[in-house]
Amino acid sequence: MTKFAPSSTTQKHLWPDEHGRYGEFGGKFVPETLMYALDELETAYKEAQADPTFTAELDALRKNYVGRETPLYFASRLTEHLGGAKVYFKREDLAHTGAHKINNALGQCLLAKRMGKKRIIAETGAGQHGVATATACALLGLDCVVYMGAEDIERQKLNVFRMRLLGSEVVSVKSGSKTLKDAINDALRDWVTTVGDSHYVLGTVHGPHPFPMICRDFQSVIGKEARRQILDAEGRLPNTLIACVGGGSNAIGLFYEFVGDEDVAMIGVEAGGRAITPGEHAARFDGGHYGMLHGAISYVLQDDAGQIGSTHSVSAGLDYASVGPEHAYFHKSGRVKYTHASDEAALAAFQTCSKLEGIIPALESSHAIAHAIEVVPTMAKDDIVIVNMSGRGDKDVTQAARLIMPDEEI
Amino acid sequence: MNRIDQRFQDLKAEGKTAFIPYITAGDPTLAQTEKIVYALEEAGADIIEFGVPFSDPIGDGPVNQEAALRALKHHVTLKDVIGLIKKIRAKSEVAILIFTYYNPVLAYGLEAFAKDAAEAGADGVLCVDLPPEEADGYKAALDTNDLRTVFLMSPTSTDARIKLIAEKSTGFIYYVSRLGVTGEQAALAADLDKAVANIQQHTDTPVAVGFGISTPEQAKKVASMAQGVVVGSAIVRMIGELGDSDETAPNVGAFVKSLVDATKG
Repeated sequence: MTKFAPSSTTQKHLWPDEHGRYGEFGGKFVPETLMYALDELETAYKEAQADPTFTAELDALRKNYVGRETPLYFASRLTEHLGGAKVYFKREDLAHTGAHKINNALGQCLLAKRMGKKRIIAETGAGQHGVATATACALLGLDCVVYMGAEDIERQKLNVFRMRLLGSEVVSVKSGSKTLKDAINDALRDWVTTVGDSHYVLGTVHGPHPFPMICRDFQSVIGKEARRQILDAEGRLPNTLIACVGGGSNAIGLFYEFVGDEDVAMIGVEAGGRAITPGEHAARFDGGHYGMLHGAISYVLQDDAGQIGSTHSVSAGLDYASVGPEHAYFHKSGRVKYTHASDEAALAAFQTCSKLEGIIPALESSHAIAHAIEVVPTMAKDDIVIVNMSGRGDKDVTQAARLIMPDEEI
Repeated sequence: MNRIDQRFQDLKAEGKTAFIPYITAGDPTLAQTEKIVYALEEAGADIIEFGVPFSDPIGDGPVNQEAALRALKHHVTLKDVIGLIKKIRAKSEVAILIFTYYNPVLAYGLEAFAKDAAEAGADGVLCVDLPPEEADGYKAALDTNDLRTVFLMSPTSTDARIKLIAEKSTGFIYYVSRLGVTGEQAALAADLDKAVANIQQHTDTPVAVGFGISTPEQAKKVASMAQGVVVGSAIVRMIGELGDSDETAPNVGAFVKSLVDATKG
């Protein structure tokens, strides 16, 4: 089976270069105070990667604590319903805390502990990354402060309680638009003040180098497992991978191991929101332009004067004005195709998946499913599609109920 | 000669320290900012830092954030700030440093920005979230147009980074006196004098100290260590409290006069 040798590494290890660039994207755009911390982090990460005790400890926690590997599940009723390609779900929703976010949070917290940092800072939008980081901190005995926009706190009260239950402090961010972007601003302001004893666990493949690389590496376990699992199940590679893209960590996590497999198509699905007009969506590859936000050059939703645009999505996890720099690179190179799904399509997919498969997907993941619902019927019956089920939808049921059944009292 | 260089050269001959106030351009309005600039010059300010309002100012504390939001309420852009500098240049020769975040500059276009800023009469630029490693194209554009490139140094800058930053900085070096964002502080950093002395061992470029300086007493103390003293949030807070009134510029001028007097001893 030489055809299915381990994924080609030629393209994989090209990026980032020594400046943290993915082609023209990425880099390290932060105030001077943080430059030392980023260098320190990169050095510590490289040492940890090369240390078998670190990788063994992380592997053991992934297995016994997170519950990896997560299943690759054949969604037979959805497949039958759509009448095209075979649809598989990579079940990150079954990982501890209910989403892929734990892969990165656990890796980074373990790294921070190794670096002697006693305090962890994190930002969160919907709360999934905040819960994952709070969980890792409880496990490893680290102090944890999570910044969350005041509006998101209102939308995700249960996750706020979860974080507090896990021993974290949750800080309500009242500046700017009071959402994820502003939570990142305040997390960076905290880090610039406490950089000596704190580590900032950035939750996605964005931010200044080395964050996009570290997060990608910790998330790439998703694709490594999926590639092995699909070869076991089908004896061949899939035709298409589909994942939703907010910052882009679950998508990079699934895609990365397949980058060298040229026959595998990859599709990233952004939040189309209510419409592709300014302020109504978060489809950076449709409405965004070359720019720099939160430390990295990428595609950014902004006005002509370079002020960051407001965004909207039914899913808080996709509601962000920029996107990971490696996605920007893949977009420009054409290796990954990016599209978007509307709020409406995502809500419909949320219901279809729940009814047909008994799996309530996160509203983020529902965007990927919505795209699958669109393209799978046009594919051949022996084609294979893997959709990343990046998280479970329990966190979203209140909001979804309000939208689906507006007349019922929740 | 570039006005920033000229100012530091003159001050050196006089044995005095530069006083550098920061204001957010367009807060509360561009017209009021113009009046404030003349009041600052009258009060004896040597170089004025023009903050370009930005939606996501990660290097700023609450006072400067709110000032930026007030300016953004009436959509003040980098282009407007350059237009205001041009207007001021017709009446004043005070040195002006544009203090900005990188994205508005990127959106403007590096070359176009450098050309327009120089033509309007700006003297230099400080970009808060642009370390020298990422600044090649930016620096080339500014150098070509005879604009000074001021970079930040901080307590976490290693000797290797101090060397790099000193190499890339022209006009002066902006030393961030403590870890954190802009804002007033009760006390100065304990080992500030040692940190500034260490930088001065690496370079002859003037060093100005900012972040956390707000009172005449603090200004006086910093003036004894460095070539420049920057005060921002205390002035910006005052402008925010006074608002768009005829009293604003004279009051800000009087406060800055007390800081200038303390700095110049």
